[in-house]
Amino acid sequence: MTAIIDYGVGNLFSLRGAFAALGLEARVTGDRQVLRDADRIVLPGVGAFADAAARLSAAGLDDVLCTEVQKGKPLLGICLGMQLLFEKSFEYGEHPGLSLLSGTVVPLEGRIPNGLKIPHMGWNRLEICRESPLFSGIRNGDHVYFVHSYHACGCQDSLLATAEYGVPVTAAVGLGNVFGCQFHPEKSGAAGLAILKAFTETEGLA
Amino acid sequence: MLTKRIIPCLDVRAGRVVKGVHFQGLSDVASPVELADLYSRNGADELVFYDITASYEERRLFTDVLRATAEKVFIPLTVGGGINSLDDFDRVLKSGADKVSVNSGALRDPSLIRRAARRYGDQCVVLSADIKRVDGVFRVFARGGRENTGREAISWIKSAVADGAGEVVVNSIDTDGVRGGFDLEMLEAVCSAVRVPVIASGGAGSIQDFITLFQKVPGVDAGLAASVFHFGTVRIGDLKREMQKNGIPARIREEL
Repeated sequence: MTAIIDYGVGNLFSLRGAFAALGLEARVTGDRQVLRDADRIVLPGVGAFADAAARLSAAGLDDVLCTEVQKGKPLLGICLGMQLLFEKSFEYGEHPGLSLLSGTVVPLEGRIPNGLKIPHMGWNRLEICRESPLFSGIRNGDHVYFVHSYHACGCQDSLLATAEYGVPVTAAVGLGNVFGCQFHPEKSGAAGLAILKAFTETEGLA
Repeated sequence: MLTKRIIPCLDVRAGRVVKGVHFQGLSDVASPVELADLYSRNGADELVFYDITASYEERRLFTDVLRATAEKVFIPLTVGGGINSLDDFDRVLKSGADKVSVNSGALRDPSLIRRAARRYGDQCVVLSADIKRVDGVFRVFARGGRENTGREAISWIKSAVADGAGEVVVNSIDTDGVRGGFDLEMLEAVCSAVRVPVIASGGAGSIQDFITLFQKVPGVDAGLAASVFHFGTVRIGDLKREMQKNGIPARIREEL
């Protein structure tokens, strides 16, 4: 069973629907025990970094999440949920993340050429730079759907794929049992579903 | 590089798609869920559901349809129609919408955009503007294009974007329904005024109209249409291949 963490951030219909469409068991939950019982965990999220980090912590879910991941349970962070995996974010100040991966989250503003719109919103090509079980069902160059104004940097040790937006934007990361997608696999058509399916087939480290 | 998006728009009333939809291979052509699924499988990049509901009861049917679609169709969904308050934003976002488009509601209460953007983020708030030339000036119309607000369109769009609208749908009343092509002049004027994505609407009659749109107004991010897709005049797969042939970045699914 995959636990999809519900901490009041964003709409989980499509994510739950995607697992159902794939015939995979998933539970949308804010319950610590369900996270402990799950085989895998998905951390979704949209909105602002500090607010999401505070909600995750207020729900008492950050500790149990980190404990389960350190035990080897596979984790997939999506969009803001991926950004939360890093050490810190510079979105409206400086805020600590979960530090499950090395790197920081920085604004695209000032880092992409003038004239390109922010947020980076729409369908862009995945450029895979490191093989990963996450990509077993897709091809290099498949399009996925992005909506974000910040991205991870300094994450060379976990970088799996980028998307070209004037500069290479961090699109997917993975190290050991910890994975992250800046794009929304649940909004990325067949390619996105293939990535979610591949995640549920990854082996934990336990 | 981001692709140019192709967006079919479905008018939904009482849980059914209205405007004649003529499709083969669909058991229920009036089912928004089935039609959305079909468009998605054919390569639509995003869908707009336009709620033309007239009653509370019908509105409940609309949110049911929205929820069922979000559980089955895995591309972004935008909802427009009857969005007048933060409660309306809340209702459709909780039922599976990714973005919400405001039109007359924002004209009546311009603070709606700012409040919605603050609560849900700019990327969630889409300004939809119905625009018509009156004595050579672009004017904003309200209530489905029936009422001239007297507001100059470009300044209205600029102020909405400054308030937090993350995307703008430009619907030209002058070209809408004519199927003679998009309103390139109007779109150019909007694109040079704002830095958020601009979606062209009104006037699509053929594949070539989309090609011309993206070639002549490179600032446009997406083309939206209803009847050409519903009637099968333009097939999304064919359109995407033609875009690619013309060097316009398009998302083409291998399964097509």
